[in-house]
Amino acid sequence: MTAQDYNFAYLDEQTKRMIRRAILKGIAVPGYQVPFASREMPMPYGWGTGGVQVTAACLTPDDTLKVIDQGADDTTNAVSIRKFFQRTAGVAVTEATLDATIIQTRHRIPEAALTEGQILVYQVPIPEPLRFLEPRETETRKMHELEEYGLMHVKLYEDIARHGTIATAYAYPVKVEGRYVMDPSPIPKFDNPKLSGSPAIQLFGAGREQRIYAVPPYTHVVSLDFEDHPFVASKAPHDCDLCGAAESYLDEVITDDQGGRMFVCSDTDFCRTRREAGHVGHLGVPVQGGV
Amino acid sequence: MTAIDRNMHAETDQPLLAVQGLTKRYGGRIGCADVSFDLFPGEVLGIVGESGSGKSTLLSCLAGHLPPDQGRVIFDTAAGPRDTVTMAEAERRRMARTDWAFVHQNPRDGLRMGVSAGGNVGERLMAIGARHYGDIRAQAIDWLGRVEIAADRIDDRPRAFSGGMQQRLQIARNLVTGPRLVFMDEPTGGLDVSVQARLLDLLRGLVREMGLSAIIVTHDLAVVRLLADRLMVMKGGHVVEQGLTDQVLDDPQHAYTQLLVSSVLQV
Repeated sequence: MTAQDYNFAYLDEQTKRMIRRAILKGIAVPGYQVPFASREMPMPYGWGTGGVQVTAACLTPDDTLKVIDQGADDTTNAVSIRKFFQRTAGVAVTEATLDATIIQTRHRIPEAALTEGQILVYQVPIPEPLRFLEPRETETRKMHELEEYGLMHVKLYEDIARHGTIATAYAYPVKVEGRYVMDPSPIPKFDNPKLSGSPAIQLFGAGREQRIYAVPPYTHVVSLDFEDHPFVASKAPHDCDLCGAAESYLDEVITDDQGGRMFVCSDTDFCRTRREAGHVGHLGVPVQGGV
Repeated sequence: MTAIDRNMHAETDQPLLAVQGLTKRYGGRIGCADVSFDLFPGEVLGIVGESGSGKSTLLSCLAGHLPPDQGRVIFDTAAGPRDTVTMAEAERRRMARTDWAFVHQNPRDGLRMGVSAGGNVGERLMAIGARHYGDIRAQAIDWLGRVEIAADRIDDRPRAFSGGMQQRLQIARNLVTGPRLVFMDEPTGGLDVSVQARLLDLLRGLVREMGLSAIIVTHDLAVVRLLADRLMVMKGGHVVEQGLTDQVLDDPQHAYTQLLVSSVLQV
């Protein structure tokens, strides 16, 4: 079967229409999980089937797509999804955050500030922030409906009681526009402040769980915390070893079995842009003529 | 301790809970039928009866867990008497977290087994808006002390506790927000007699100290003898006899009450 046998962006138009309706509803009710009829996608659950469907519903032939996986453009998940849309939609792709009109992301928000007109699509494994505290879906829906979110703080209480601080480092619960408590997908809590007031549209797709939710542009998003244990956007206390950036989120890379390690920007596009601009970290080498 | 003693603390003509003609049917069968009573502040009402007599159905209807088919349950809220059957669900659930408490027979139903003792006690505080970790923890420690659980067990999960401790933890978790009305469904069921005695002692102390009103469903006559001021005897969904506890137990009028009282083993 060739790519021409598929409709534009793989999904048929009726399906895209259905997904767009869910997206619009999600944008109208920020943070609310909208059920949708998730389709089987030609990839396993957990690989971003929700994000791919949202991206497919948003794509137009004029779009430029960027796909990142944990911040990187060149890892398996990012490469396969980018190829998938190159074949089925024939859209332009890019690695540069600022050139993209749609960015599908797995578990990171790009370091570069997003702009109006961009769409950020998150892949979400578990959309329900209350899931592990209250396993009954009927009950969690009721809690969202009646705004009963005390239980979310029980989770943070447990963190402090056990570890001395709020140890939740990713999928850190947020409250959207003073109403719905939302799981921001497993992004590091370092990225949480970037959720709030972003000029870009942020869409969240959970394929297996059949939920879509959204944070419209310039929406107020607050990370939950206690008065005496305020939210801290934490990262590894290092600079990037390749580009020397002090303010970006870092991956720890084990380099040998003698305890050697280096810290590098998880956002590869951000790191490359800095290196091309002449920044060098203490394990890096100057870049000649681009990477 | 008698009803007269306690009513001196909370002297009022207004019933805390007024139940009128409460009926719940399960299809053609009767859960409970045409139950009416008044509960005054500081009063403890016992409901006894055999299995299947409608005790638990009645309690669930009163606590808002089951919608009754007919009747009114009027609770004296801060904003005046309100019918809890017809009030909005959000409001009813808020009341269930603040003014009411529900102690389940099995502590596993009333506790979060995966959450530490401190988190269990703190949940109701956080649900009504407490956002200061230090304060929540201090209150949790205070309440664990009141129900005789050592403060160093605060970070243990309930599954590390004995049955009696779990039941005491459930009581602490429910009373931490200072409710005015406590529903108890067989609070001593499944506990051995010495633990039962300690739990009853504790409950009696707390009820007196906090001026609580309580409705206790049980089939154990000793429990109501110790705790309850008034007693309702149910059979087949109907209330067959009600009155002061000692009066009902010492001079039972209805044939079923006589049977119930005479069925208790004398050791």
